[in-house]
Amino acid sequence: MITLTIDKQQVTVEKGTSVLEAARQLGIDIPTLCYLKDLNAPAACRVCIVQVEGRPTFDASCVLPAEEGMVVYTNTPEVLAARKQILELFLSDHPFECLTCERSLNCELQRLVKRYGIRDLHIEGERNHFITDDLSPSVVREPDKCVRCRRCISVCENYITAFVYRMVERSFQSIVAPAYNGSLMENSCIYCGQCITVCPTSALREKDSTAEVWEALANPDLHVVVQTAPAIRSSISEEFGFPVGSPVEGQMVAALRRLGFARVFDVCFAADICVMEESTEFLERLKEGGPFPQFTSCCPSWILFCEKFYPQLVDNLSAVKSPQQIFGVLAKTYYAKQEGLDPSKMFVVSIMPCVSKKYELLRPGMSASGFQDVDAELTTREFVQMLYQAGLDIKKLPPEEFDSPLGSASGAGIIFGSSGGVMEATLRTVYEKLSGEPLKRLELDEVRSQEYKKATIHAGEHELKVAVARGTGAARRLIDRMLEGEEEYHFVEVMACPGGCVGGGGQPIYFETNDWNEQISHRAKRSSGLYDLDRQKEYRKAHENPAVLQLYKDFLGEPGSPLAYKLLHSRNFPRKLYSEQPLLIQK
Amino acid sequence: MTSRLRDELKEKVAQTKPEERHILLCGGVPCRSLRCLEVKEAVSDELHKHNFEEKVKVLETGCIGNCKLGPSLIIFPEGVVYRRLKTENAREIIEEHVLGGRLLEHLLHRDSISDELQHRREDMPFFQRQRRLVLKNCGMISPGINSYLSNQGYAALAKALTELTPEEVIAEVSRSGLRGRGGGGFPTGRKWQAARDTPGAEKYVICNGDEGDPGAFMDRSIMEGDPHSVLEGLILAAYAVGAGQGYIYVRAEYPLAVQRLERAIGEARKSHFLGDNILEQEFSFDLEIRVGAGAFVCGEETALITSVEGSRGDPNPRPPFPVQKGVWGCPTVINNVETLANIPAIVLNGAAWFAETGTEKSKGTKVFALAGKVRHTGLVEVPMGTTLREIIFDIGGGIPAGKKFKAAQTGGPSGGCLTEEHLDLPLDYDSLKAVGSIIGSGGLIIMDEDSCMVDVARYFCDFNRQESCGKCTPCRIGNKRMLEILEKIISGQGEEKDLQRLEDLALLIKNASLCGLGRSAPNPVLSTMRHFRDEYLAHIKDKHCPAGVCPELSRYYIDAKECRACGLCARICPVEAIYEVENERVYRIDPEKCVDCGQCQEECPFEAIEGGRKRKKVAGV
Amino acid sequence: MGNVRRRFYFFMKKPAAQLKEKAKGKYDKLDTVLEKYKGRGGVLVKVLQEAQEMYGHLPRELLIHVAYELDVPLSEVYSVVSFYSLFRTKTTGRIHLEVCSGTACYVKGMEDLLEYFRENLSLRPGGITDDEKYSLTTSNCMGVCSSAPVIKIGGELHGEMTLEKLQQLLKEHENDKQTQR
Ligand SMILES: Cc1cc2nc3c(=O)[nH]c(=O)nc-3n(C[C@H](O)[C@H](O)[C@H](O)COP(=O)(O)O)c2cc1C
Ligand code: SF4
Ligand code: SF4
Ligand code: SF4
Ligand code: SF4
Ligand code: SF4
Ligand code: SF4
Ligand code: SF4
Ligand code: SF4
Ligand code: FES
Ligand code: FES
Ligand code: FES
Repeated sequence: MITLTIDKQQVTVEKGTSVLEAARQLGIDIPTLCYLKDLNAPAACRVCIVQVEGRPTFDASCVLPAEEGMVVYTNTPEVLAARKQILELFLSDHPFECLTCERSLNCELQRLVKRYGIRDLHIEGERNHFITDDLSPSVVREPDKCVRCRRCISVCENYITAFVYRMVERSFQSIVAPAYNGSLMENSCIYCGQCITVCPTSALREKDSTAEVWEALANPDLHVVVQTAPAIRSSISEEFGFPVGSPVEGQMVAALRRLGFARVFDVCFAADICVMEESTEFLERLKEGGPFPQFTSCCPSWILFCEKFYPQLVDNLSAVKSPQQIFGVLAKTYYAKQEGLDPSKMFVVSIMPCVSKKYELLRPGMSASGFQDVDAELTTREFVQMLYQAGLDIKKLPPEEFDSPLGSASGAGIIFGSSGGVMEATLRTVYEKLSGEPLKRLELDEVRSQEYKKATIHAGEHELKVAVARGTGAARRLIDRMLEGEEEYHFVEVMACPGGCVGGGGQPIYFETNDWNEQISHRAKRSSGLYDLDRQKEYRKAHENPAVLQLYKDFLGEPGSPLAYKLLHSRNFPRKLYSEQPLLIQK
Repeated sequence: MTSRLRDELKEKVAQTKPEERHILLCGGVPCRSLRCLEVKEAVSDELHKHNFEEKVKVLETGCIGNCKLGPSLIIFPEGVVYRRLKTENAREIIEEHVLGGRLLEHLLHRDSISDELQHRREDMPFFQRQRRLVLKNCGMISPGINSYLSNQGYAALAKALTELTPEEVIAEVSRSGLRGRGGGGFPTGRKWQAARDTPGAEKYVICNGDEGDPGAFMDRSIMEGDPHSVLEGLILAAYAVGAGQGYIYVRAEYPLAVQRLERAIGEARKSHFLGDNILEQEFSFDLEIRVGAGAFVCGEETALITSVEGSRGDPNPRPPFPVQKGVWGCPTVINNVETLANIPAIVLNGAAWFAETGTEKSKGTKVFALAGKVRHTGLVEVPMGTTLREIIFDIGGGIPAGKKFKAAQTGGPSGGCLTEEHLDLPLDYDSLKAVGSIIGSGGLIIMDEDSCMVDVARYFCDFNRQESCGKCTPCRIGNKRMLEILEKIISGQGEEKDLQRLEDLALLIKNASLCGLGRSAPNPVLSTMRHFRDEYLAHIKDKHCPAGVCPELSRYYIDAKECRACGLCARICPVEAIYEVENERVYRIDPEKCVDCGQCQEECPFEAIEGGRKRKKVAGV
Repeated sequence: MGNVRRRFYFFMKKPAAQLKEKAKGKYDKLDTVLEKYKGRGGVLVKVLQEAQEMYGHLPRELLIHVAYELDVPLSEVYSVVSFYSLFRTKTTGRIHLEVCSGTACYVKGMEDLLEYFRENLSLRPGGITDDEKYSLTTSNCMGVCSSAPVIKIGGELHGEMTLEKLQQLLKEHENDKQTQR
């Protein structure tokens, strides 16, 4: 243990603690911008500088290890003045667009500027001007607002392992960017949106679809239906003052009705269908002898990851579409037929914790109904934005029920939103089909603390090895060990985002928590909300959900039938990591 | 040269037989840039013509030091130096001197101050005042291993490996008082000790040959002229800290240095100074050259490490220091070329011998690269504590073309300027620091009255801005803003407030940046502001550049006191910019019309026309 | 966190053969270099240096090829290329001019050389003439400061430059080029 003095207060901390963390233990909040504990500490922004007695210059407290007897001042007039100057320097190369900026009021730069009471710029000069990359369907990159904190580099490299960003160029015009400061579209990006959730400013954000949805809602000719993903009902609550992870399914449904959606459905229903199809495919593979493992396919970012980084494994991906797309195609076929609607006059909106789904709905094969199956996707954040615009406060609304039939889900469909959920939901069905008895709660062994989990299940005469990877980085390590022949699986679930969709790239941003692990534990709370919901459900297995059974009876026949195949399955292909022709050319 | 000396020499030349002679020709890069290789070829051709190529050897050395005399050669045993040679001179050198025994006086150097002819290195004030420890071999031997061996080469290594423990080597270096020559001046012994004390099976030593400071070329000359001394120093460092692998990081702009080092490494391997079980001892060590790719910041230790690892040279925060966590995360010692070249002599002759030279806190000698507006540019090695005056005037021969000394920039873009008041300051780490500069790696650029110090500050600021890696805010944006203010001042738009802005910014960058580049980048601005504030004010208030460098502020104007109203200028002016002021009997220039042609100034019989851009077109001085 | 660069070992471990096909054959010479360095740490800069030596500059396609072959992300390759001033992504002229802009050369008036190119060839640092005959860059210091100002023409150093000497040299080079053809 080490004892040091910070602002005349003594504090004792463990060896290796940074001065910044030591100060936090004293309740002194040193400002930060680039730092994100346990993920990113490049010591680049310099707003966390402090004065250490006996040292000639300031030090960045986020990377300065506390030493015995150190005497630190965090708030001398010199330090305060220097911080203000640094913030002014940032502003001197930043567009003044707060009024119209998506991150206004939850922008870390803006908050710091307010906190330090910057009123006037003493220094101005030429500003960088880069071209904004809005070519991709999911992520918009506006480099002019980038503060070069490098958090996106870290999350994309360490967690997602897509290695999209780096510093390019040097000096004043250096910028954190994909190769050639080009578009995400021409690079190895998988549109997971994790970089958005760590970006302190609005340099990274999702492509805004709210206007499109408002217009559709206002169009009297259109029948607009909405599907909501499992993971948003426990995260949207945070934006309306509920404790983290509170499930607010009923109020959310009520709010959607008031926004003007003709029907409010639950993606979890489609997730149940997904389970039916995927378990059928799995049983098929068991019969055929492979190829194993079967990878889940409900995360479009993961699919893209596999297509780009492991093209040799695309046949291992389950061919079943994601719940969003299953819902879309069923809405424009089965539901349209039942209700006597013209599918060309339908508009299907999905609300997801995900920015990747914006890309997914444009993938080839996603017009199986004869029309684009899903017309627009909103992230949780965009949904909240619409509620603000409409003046709807979830807290003040009475709970309401989803519409049927596409709104009744089993517990299996609900836990789709959490990492391990897809696996468990599918196994509940597979296990029962193989062994004839119900699966108790699936117990997964933690492997390498949080990286991935695995289990061996005895179902009838079969011994099934399964694993769940949290994040594509974990998946990469798992696959590499698999390819080296060190490990073997039959069924592997991969979700790109930390903790699965609860931690998706479209979820509310924790701009107040500069601690990656804490953010992850927040995300975990969102999933425990989902498991609570699962326990409350009458039906907890997809193949017991009467609405699902009805659908097969009335429409699809049986899982894996030709019609099911035509509508609910799609193909995946190997892809290039980088396009040879640049799509976006910076001047 | 007095006539008695000259007669003696003539006699000696006459008495020496041709076949006793050999010729040493400078093949340093500055001389190469003046076509010395063509001279060499011509000399060899001449020898061949007379069938003497077997008897009189022509050897190529590294930089002799006095590059301003290049291309030059020395004829031994008399030691006669012929300078400023052209291929045409080859014939007379061979026929007259080598074969005929006649001294060629017109090829001798004439000292600009005493106006005496000088025929030997030892006679030239340029060399007389130096004390060459590090450079003792440079320009004297050819860079191959045999010459090095016959000059006590690798004797220190042999001694260390057979007689001294690593701790004893470190102790010797510590006691010598040697401090890093790369700029920081950190005690070398202490650095080695720290690396030795850090636990770890794998350790590294790196020779920092990046020499990114524009205007400095000491390290290049050592690497080219005496590569084995650098290798020996590095091997000794490795032995002392327990490293098994080393790197020499050389900037790409030095291809000859790379080539020479590569050859030297090959030779050293062959002779078992590198590789497994060096000199049959337990100790094994090998080396690899890493060539930079053009980034000044890579001279900074942490950036150098990322660059050696094959990546972008982004600096990282310290601690952890390289001696704790360096290349590939292992303890790493990084030393400058000149630091390492000092090591063999220290180990061989002992700490006490080394500590005899220099000042109390700065021991030994320092090599300076003398360049800019000074007569004799080149490499100068002097004891620490030598004054600037001795270097510029006694060794460098003063400022050419009768101009006045104005300032000397030490430490390049990280350093500051010294002015007339510092001429008698003893140059060492601490005295320079006290006046806001640094000794740096040894670049010494002399400026005369034609240099505008605001423009010099702008130049360095621009350099630092370009070389900033862009990682941290104060350096990335701050340097750009500082440059913008300086450009504003230079273009005549400056306000007095700008000086305060500049200073605030400079201090922020200095105090809050991540690495040494940012922390020292404001030095040139701060130091010129400190010593030449009046020049800044002239730019800002009078809108005038006293040195006549800044184009916008170098307008021609007529000094009313001098003007006799002869009207000549008005007649000459091609754009009719000059008019007579009514009732005042003086002429005046309309700055709106004037196109800066300068004709009026040249013609005014009373020298009444001032201003104008004085910096001459490239003259090669 | 921190030095994540070292974790590339798992990057693109098994790149699919079909993705590399396009570049096949095009960079044969480079492939022998890649073969030599593959699997070793810290070689990216070295490989790029050798590649530039072979092909004169580093086009996008080449960088993608290097990224695949060395198992290094393209973002990293480009980051390195854009960081170091000696890497060129554009072609150079037949006669490449490099003016030293180091302190000694600056003090000795190297700006006038740049002005000469600007005025007579409309050539600025980093640029290339329309007929692709000349290209111009600046360098921080060629370490020949005692012979300042210095210019490199077609890789050859010339010290103590004057405008007259420069014109002479350019003429010589032009003649050389013509006789070579
Ligand atoms: C921006 C910057 C550039 C540097 N460039 C060089 C250089 O070119 N050569 C060098 O030897 N040291 C350079 N240094 C100093 C080195 O970081 C380091 O202190 C030195 O190599 C240590 O060796 P020494 O102890 O032998 O001096 C530079 C430092 C900074 C901050
Ligand atoms: S990113 Fe932040 S500071 Fe910049 S315009 Fe948006 S809200 Fe304002
Ligand atoms: S914060 Fe200030 S600038 Fe912004 S809208 Fe309000 S009053 Fe206007
Ligand atoms: S969206 Fe995901 S893959 Fe794409 S750049 Fe961001 S973090 Fe990387
Ligand atoms: S894009 Fe955002 S996260 Fe990435 S460096 Fe810029 S500000 Fe930081
Ligand atoms: S894990 Fe969920 S939120 Fe994240 S990309 Fe995949 S589907 Fe979208
Ligand atoms: S001080 Fe300058 S060179 Fe050093 S890390 Fe910061 S930006 Fe890079
Ligand atoms: S030539 Fe000289 S003296 Fe005559 S008018 Fe002009 S400035 Fe006056
Ligand atoms: S410098 Fe030339 S244009 Fe200006 S006043 Fe004199 S003669 Fe006229
Ligand atoms: S430098 Fe510490 S938070 Fe950015
Ligand atoms: S290079 Fe020849 S004397 Fe310096
Ligand atoms: S400054 Fe031009 S060669 Fe050094």
